Amino acid sequence: MARKLLIEHAEVEGIASFDIYRKHGGYASVEKALKTMSPEDVVEEVKKSGLRGRGGAGFPTGMKWSFLAKPEGVERHLVCNADESEPGTFKDRYLMEKLPHLLIEGMITSSYALGARSSYIYIRGEFMYILRILEKAIAEAYKNGMLGKNILGSGYDLDLIVTPGGGAYICGEETALLESLEGKRGNPRMKPPFPAVKGLWGNPTVVNNVESIAAVVPIVNHGGESYASIGIERSTGTKLISASGNLVRPGVYEIELGLTVEEFIYGDDYCRGIANGKKLKACVPGGSSVPILPHYLVTKTAAGNDRLMTYESLSEGGFESGSMLGSGGFIVFDEDQCIVRNTWNFARFYAHESCGQCSPCREGTGWMEKVLYRLEHGNGTLEDISLLEDINKKIEGNTICPLGDAAAWPVAAAIRHFRDEFEWHVQSPNEALKRNYGLIKAKLEV
Amino acid sequence: MKIDFPQAVNEAPIELSSHTMTEIQRVMDLFPKGKQKSAILSILHLVQDELGWVSVGAMNRVALILDIQPIEVYEVATFYTMFHLNAVGKNVLEVCRTGPCQLVGSDDLIDYIEEKLEIKVGETTKDGMFTLKTVECLGACGYGPMLMCKYQFYERLTKEKVNEMLDAMREASK
Repeated sequence: MARKLLIEHAEVEGIASFDIYRKHGGYASVEKALKTMSPEDVVEEVKKSGLRGRGGAGFPTGMKWSFLAKPEGVERHLVCNADESEPGTFKDRYLMEKLPHLLIEGMITSSYALGARSSYIYIRGEFMYILRILEKAIAEAYKNGMLGKNILGSGYDLDLIVTPGGGAYICGEETALLESLEGKRGNPRMKPPFPAVKGLWGNPTVVNNVESIAAVVPIVNHGGESYASIGIERSTGTKLISASGNLVRPGVYEIELGLTVEEFIYGDDYCRGIANGKKLKACVPGGSSVPILPHYLVTKTAAGNDRLMTYESLSEGGFESGSMLGSGGFIVFDEDQCIVRNTWNFARFYAHESCGQCSPCREGTGWMEKVLYRLEHGNGTLEDISLLEDINKKIEGNTICPLGDAAAWPVAAAIRHFRDEFEWHVQSPNEALKRNYGLIKAKLEV
Repeated sequence: MKIDFPQAVNEAPIELSSHTMTEIQRVMDLFPKGKQKSAILSILHLVQDELGWVSVGAMNRVALILDIQPIEVYEVATFYTMFHLNAVGKNVLEVCRTGPCQLVGSDDLIDYIEEKLEIKVGETTKDGMFTLKTVECLGACGYGPMLMCKYQFYERLTKEKVNEMLDAMREASK
């Protein structure tokens, strides 16, 4: 069985309470860091660990931390991005609901490393019941001297505040999140300046995903090198994967990076295969924004290598034949699913969630949704398929934030791999309204 | 998306209960002095918890509480999809319609609730008991199809579970 660094104790009775969490070794990283390490030492361990941002972008966390500006007399902040809203992703919810103190512990240790004295957890508004769990846990942490003034006699002070969003996917983008945290509409900011220089209220700020912050706990406890010894290449440590779609056992799994995709989908310890004895048709391995893979590219790469659950292997082949690990939102499609319908569904999502600030995204996502609706409902033309590709190119790279790219990539990938299914919708609209296309004919049995 | 924004911007600020006002003070005090606007989303949630929705009169009250212009409240309230800007039923059923839920039957779930309540998405039952809405991903992809009502998640829904859920909500909202 794989090592679990984050959710090993998630199902322990009462683990959401301070005392029981503490009995299972909780808050050891705070003691170790505040009593025996300098803030720079903590940053160094995180750098050594090779930890990469778990929210989706995969940027090295230690490097992000080292960019934080530290002008004299200016307050700095750590902001935890708990706005988990990438379709297919529900790991942070599990972590926070089961192990609220793990996140708080990570926030304290990380805030210490960054010299932040007031830190924030911004949680999506729909997770209000988890916000209550966190509030309770924060109150316990204050009561037990882990938050507030002079933590564990170290002279380090920290306040931790949890606050809700209001239902906007875009607030998962770090600068939109900061706008929202300032009480405004979630319109992403132009960069530079980056949050590390001008973030919350203009102060230097680091924004990290829940899982990244939680991972700092085992990194400090066992050392960065120990963490980096797990995994392959630049994919170190463990990762929470949210598995959804047509699986026997969907749910949240902590995996060691480097596990094969084959094992993850079919293994007894993981998803146990496709539900109802069906065949695998396609997979979106990293949340709705990443390219879809047809079944013959899911467990093997185009070069014939085993596909692994790592940043590198999932992107092997680039956008031609690869995808991305992203947030670890692993969505599986069985043979009965309609790719056009799903592509339309995701396009509708992005059209709905575009903040409206940049024209290419605001207009482009709406057009893509309309054209895909037309195709799915039997009124499309072959030109519509080229039109989608054209809109795609005009959105990609032309917007302030990555939502435009996130909307464009899935459409481009779906057409790239499933063009025959799109054309079938045009050529046999009546049939397409009655039944689904099934697997790709030419590569039916690989 | 069409934003159904109320016209009557001159509505007088409404009074909120003392419980809500106490809670509002609490969430405002979480932020450093001068940064109370950061509590605006928390406040709008509290207002909606009391009224069921966010009226213009309520937004005008929030503007007074935060000492900001009413437009600063309107622009926020209209941006975030959780806030209902029109009156809704006692129970707002928000069904996730996004990809992963669709793969496991959210379309059928929506059809079933429409049939069962005899309303379409966006409508409220005549007795004011239920409003049906569809929403984008609620972060429960592995446990779909699902819906949210009063911040509570109802997951892996089947027809039987929906029937039980609706009965329980009717009972609780009597």
